[in-house]
Amino acid sequence: MKRREFLTAGALAAGGTLLSGLTFAGVANGNKPRLVFIILRGALDGLEAVPPCGDPAYAALRGELEIARPGTNGGALALDGIFGLHPALSFMHQTYAARELIIFHAVAGPYRNRSHFDGQNVLETGYAQPHAAQTGWLNRALAALPAARAPEKTRGVSIAPTAPLVMRGPAAVTSWSPSHLAPLDDDTLQRISDLYSHDPVLGRKLAEALAAEAIAEQSAARSRDAMAGGAGAHFAAGAFGSMMDTSGRMTMAPDARMGQRADRRPPLAQRGRPGAQYAQVVRAAARFIRQADGPQVAVFDTTGWDTHFNEGNEKGQLAARLAALDAALGGLKAGLGPVWSDTAVLLATEFGRTVAENGTRGTDHGTATAAYLLGGAVKGGRVVADWPGLSPRQLYQDRDLRPTLDLRAVMKGVLAEHLGVPARALESAVFPESGAARPLKGLVRT
Amino acid sequence: MRLMDNGLTSAIAANRFGLGARPGELAAIGGSGLDWLRAQLDGPAPEIGGDGLQSSASLLTQIYDLRRTIQAERMRAAAARSVDERQAAAGSAAAIGAFKKLPQLIRPVYLAEAGARFRHSVSTDRPFIERLAQFWSNHFAVSVDKGVLAALAGSYEREAIRPYVLGNFSDMLIATQRHPAMLLYLDNEMSMGPDSRAARNIERRNPGRRPGINENLARETLELHTVSVDGGYTQADVTALSKVLTGWSIAGPEAWRFGQRPGTFLFRAAMHQPGPQVVMGKRYPDTGYDQGVAVLRNLAAHPSTARFIATKLARHFIADAPPAPAVDRVAAAFSRSKGDLPTVYRALIGSPEAWEQPVSKFKTPSDFIVSSFRGLALPIRPEKAPVWLFQLLGQRIWCPGSPAGWPDGSADWDGASELLKRIEWADAVGQRIGPRRDARQLAPRLLGSVLSATAREAIAHAESAAQAVTLLLAAPEFLRR
Repeated sequence: MKRREFLTAGALAAGGTLLSGLTFAGVANGNKPRLVFIILRGALDGLEAVPPCGDPAYAALRGELEIARPGTNGGALALDGIFGLHPALSFMHQTYAARELIIFHAVAGPYRNRSHFDGQNVLETGYAQPHAAQTGWLNRALAALPAARAPEKTRGVSIAPTAPLVMRGPAAVTSWSPSHLAPLDDDTLQRISDLYSHDPVLGRKLAEALAAEAIAEQSAARSRDAMAGGAGAHFAAGAFGSMMDTSGRMTMAPDARMGQRADRRPPLAQRGRPGAQYAQVVRAAARFIRQADGPQVAVFDTTGWDTHFNEGNEKGQLAARLAALDAALGGLKAGLGPVWSDTAVLLATEFGRTVAENGTRGTDHGTATAAYLLGGAVKGGRVVADWPGLSPRQLYQDRDLRPTLDLRAVMKGVLAEHLGVPARALESAVFPESGAARPLKGLVRT
Repeated sequence: MRLMDNGLTSAIAANRFGLGARPGELAAIGGSGLDWLRAQLDGPAPEIGGDGLQSSASLLTQIYDLRRTIQAERMRAAAARSVDERQAAAGSAAAIGAFKKLPQLIRPVYLAEAGARFRHSVSTDRPFIERLAQFWSNHFAVSVDKGVLAALAGSYEREAIRPYVLGNFSDMLIATQRHPAMLLYLDNEMSMGPDSRAARNIERRNPGRRPGINENLARETLELHTVSVDGGYTQADVTALSKVLTGWSIAGPEAWRFGQRPGTFLFRAAMHQPGPQVVMGKRYPDTGYDQGVAVLRNLAAHPSTARFIATKLARHFIADAPPAPAVDRVAAAFSRSKGDLPTVYRALIGSPEAWEQPVSKFKTPSDFIVSSFRGLALPIRPEKAPVWLFQLLGQRIWCPGSPAGWPDGSADWDGASELLKRIEWADAVGQRIGPRRDARQLAPRLLGSVLSATAREAIAHAESAAQAVTLLLAAPEFLRR
């Protein structure tokens, strides 16, 4: 039995019908909407990424963190009369010019208390209070989708060993992350499936993992075919292809495999650089959702946005991370190819940072910040903001950017218009107690 | 207290409260898992030593020296008259060599520290104490993905966590908050009172600069280390504690001049915000360094701290949804004993709920790896931990990536991709070691009465010794504890 057939049969035996919607036909682009959600953990400084250069109070409050006006040396990339974009975000700026990027500013979810961990919990559960649920809004949104094609289809993928909270819940989803270990032989896998057949959690997880493997292998096989045929080589050349290629996995004797692996990793210092991490992750995300019959939603997270110390301005710590994120978004577009036009990418963080520079050339935890929606499906080229201003009496609790837009209004708008999540589900199952945050309209091209 | 049959308590003690049984350990535990755990609380906490492990102060001194070399090369480059000379100076062998030396200094230190911790975890006969040490290290987390923390995380754990694991919570709290690794990780070493002498001097010299506080450490002290997010503090308390902690800093390379060792804690009175502060309703007069100690001692004694620590311990050891009676009992012991940790641990293991529902939690990757090495006596290369394996399975040693530490729920670790990697690694182990191990005989010796008939039969009917080992490591009761 071939591995692929086995995987399907084994997963069905072990975990029920998770794979029943998964076919192995070739790509038939059904113009299905795709959504990528990127969690920016650590509270990304929206006043640095999208500086309100036209606000008269901005420069004085920001001190050394100030991004100069557009048109000056090292200045912001021009957006409109008030806002610019951090100079490290050149790909995002191109997307803006191509009318494929909307920036939402002075935006915040319902959480107000400046704890990263509670803030991220609210960002992911979609509830109004922290720790109100063990499931995420995105998974519940997938569960609420009309079961038109295949009810048990794997609808979402997390590029992570274990799904982040936003993706956990009742809908069939999976997670994937690179492994350099050799795949199991079919007999061992079958026996483990049997061993898990009475274990509701492990049986389901193994089936999900095998579903992801099947999609990834199928994708790799297509890339190989495409390369052989000369078309699509651009997408196949990345590291993802080699990672996913079972024939490319290490097949040395077990002893050699285990002993040598420590020396195959990049050095510690290098791994700290965000760019290398992101590149691999976006390639994986693109590979999964490019498939016509693959998952339509991908999630991954990025960290390192908690800039209390030496934040920098047009250069420095935050600038380097923004540049890496920007490059990753460019990589995602390249990886998606024609599917970019069916895609919306939403980026959000748990809250913003203090308007004023703190005592150590950084910023402390704040409230409102910016959120970002980009992609070929996005009706972009605008900044959506009811700008509260930065003068002292306009600040929230005398220190933060005042929120004037509920982040859930953005999320609900995207889910309703782009994925077609029914309005009733949005209000009840997906974002409870969010009635005041009316879904934004006109976010995507129709 | 009446417990279930003896075989079950030994299996629960070794797997839930320990790091997984080594062959023979269940038999040695014998009738009472509880007695085995209690006995581990006697005597001083084990130290992790080993050749070549260095103190934080020594490591920071070496880092200072390197930075000075780099700085000198930069100055030489800037002072060079022509562009050509500047480029030559910047590109000089000395400058490049100095830059490369930082990772060359840090990486071997990280590997040596991680290796020493790993070998201790695999070999210790007081695994309950090791679990507790790692629990506290994660409670007061630093993360090696920031700055020079990769050089300091190991020595931090040996200096600020392990000596206090069988001591008092408030002593551990103070030791961690003043350790250079924590001060660097949460950005406190440069935080200064806006009205301090140092801030005034800086403003006089540089009219544009506004030196002041950095809230990072104070916020996490309240939120993550003591009373917790719902413990009753406000933004004003965060700001006040930030001011209290101004001056908590690190001795620089020149500290020898005033008789202080570089790289150790230094209270810089000139940076301390003058005046009294009110934190959570209590007023603290300005007594310099002692102001901070007084606040920390009161935070350690706060009822919210007792409840928070009790909840975290019960979640870590007993169940994702910690049983309320156990939490109450542990919190009461914490308060009654004023944070005496062995008393707290005795309340934890003395809770009947801790001995119910075997295999309720999914092991963290770290516990899975360590228990595999213990159970199968897998060979370890001297002076080296399989750091690649911790990273591959999603838990790089000392790298939670956030001051909240690693998450502690089963759902945080039992993801599809994670599970498949564990199985793949179990397969690799089986192929490597299987022919020299008898999993049929090992399974009951490692899992005792929590071994299910299903797993026992699957192992017995494996097609090879290698596959039997794989099935043992991949069995649901081995993946859980």
